Amino acid sequence: MTQNRAELNRNLAQMLKGGVIMDVTTPEQAKIAQDAGACAVMALERIPADIRAAGGVSRMSDPAMIKGIQAAVSIPVMAKVRIGHIAEARILQAIDIDYIDESEVLSPADDVYHIDKNQFDVPFVCGAKNLGEALRRIAEGAAMIRTKGEPGTGDVIQAVRHMRTMTKQIHELTALRDDEVYEAAKQLAVPYDLAKYVHDNGRLPVVNFAAGGVATPADAALMMELGAEGVFVGSGIFKSGDPAKRAAAIVQATANWQDADLLAKLSENLGEAMVGINEDEIQTIMAARGE
Amino acid sequence: MVVAVQYISKEESDDAETAKHGVTGILAVQGAFAEHAAVLDKLGAPWKLLRAASDFDASIDRVILPGGESTTQGKLLRSTGLFAPIAEHIAAGKPVFGTCAGMILLASRLDNDPNVYFGALDATVRRNAYGRQLGSFAATADFGRPGDADYLPDLPLVFIRGPYVVSVGPKADVKTTVDGHPVALRQGNILATAFHPELTGDTRLHELFLSL
Repeated sequence: MTQNRAELNRNLAQMLKGGVIMDVTTPEQAKIAQDAGACAVMALERIPADIRAAGGVSRMSDPAMIKGIQAAVSIPVMAKVRIGHIAEARILQAIDIDYIDESEVLSPADDVYHIDKNQFDVPFVCGAKNLGEALRRIAEGAAMIRTKGEPGTGDVIQAVRHMRTMTKQIHELTALRDDEVYEAAKQLAVPYDLAKYVHDNGRLPVVNFAAGGVATPADAALMMELGAEGVFVGSGIFKSGDPAKRAAAIVQATANWQDADLLAKLSENLGEAMVGINEDEIQTIMAARGE
Repeated sequence: MVVAVQYISKEESDDAETAKHGVTGILAVQGAFAEHAAVLDKLGAPWKLLRAASDFDASIDRVILPGGESTTQGKLLRSTGLFAPIAEHIAAGKPVFGTCAGMILLASRLDNDPNVYFGALDATVRRNAYGRQLGSFAATADFGRPGDADYLPDLPLVFIRGPYVVSVGPKADVKTTVDGHPVALRQGNILATAFHPELTGDTRLHELFLSL
């Protein structure tokens, strides 16, 4: 991958900022998401809550299903591959996907190595719980980062934990003397040049979204308050009572997260939210997949 | 030239708060608005983010419509109430600069989308004209021709799922073409580009806009 392509791929994430990326399983849902103002959709066969309920091995979606969603909407379409599954990623690149999510929501294909994303022309987004994970994924070629959160739970606590951890570690790195950054890079287990970039710029070199457990307009506003540059919403929309209304409310809440009067209005009469599972009630911790 | 991703932690430049006029309002409902604010900071020009209708005050005499998703921005322009003041601003002939999605919002006609937003730019624009993300590219071209007052040679151009202009009416001038497709237009105080000058580090188009 040329330097130029890497830049263009990071640039696409810049255009998504301030927006909401929604999980969809059918062309109809994709249209609802686009009409509600989603800035992109994530095409997948089963949303995380159903993956969690069904158990078993969860894989890349059928390309025919993804193509159906590409044909239905004009906004960018993303899709997920298993961690380390090089061949699934090649397949998604072959069908001209806009962004690949190398995702812990699916069953990992490799428990040691992530995909060398620098070898691809198509951009990747990856999950991270902390600064070290984020910078390792960026070193491998990720053009966008998101918190892992805990997908399919409707419980925002892990996304909050991951975003706060990352922000705190960025602040700590920024406060170091120049000659202390070498040791910090060693401690974080990341390349020195990326640690230096964060030290000098006070932020990740790519866009950072929140993901995993966002279910309400207030959840989206909370993540923006904590420094997210946009929000992924998975099960939260199409597992709720009135998806179109909830989707539009989350889009507006993400854009105007500081306006509490507006958030109050947006939160009224949204119908039933997804049921949700508390983090201590779940058996599979997806966020622990891939370090 | 690599330009850092920008995260915005303030709502206006330090000098915008007390300014009575001369402030650039940057539409900030979705997209790469922080990158435009960073360019204006570099040029020392006051700016203010436009998130709600109440942000559009008398100090604002020019408007930037940034890159992002035009369908998302179009919905939020309506729900925030920002559509009317910006439409009035454009109708009054005041300067407006649309980049990528901003060009789509300005166009009078879209050839693959039933929506029309501000409808001020006399041109037909095609969304996602170069295909999906694998069709995104960088190039270099001139803005205008030698001898034009606004001539800018060798501008670096970055296209991200960019639109292009299918046809241009008599009111607008084509300023830049790439492979025969018009990618920059000027119509009086309306400036519209299919590319992203805020991502390249080259500030000349912003300087031209600030001189309008």
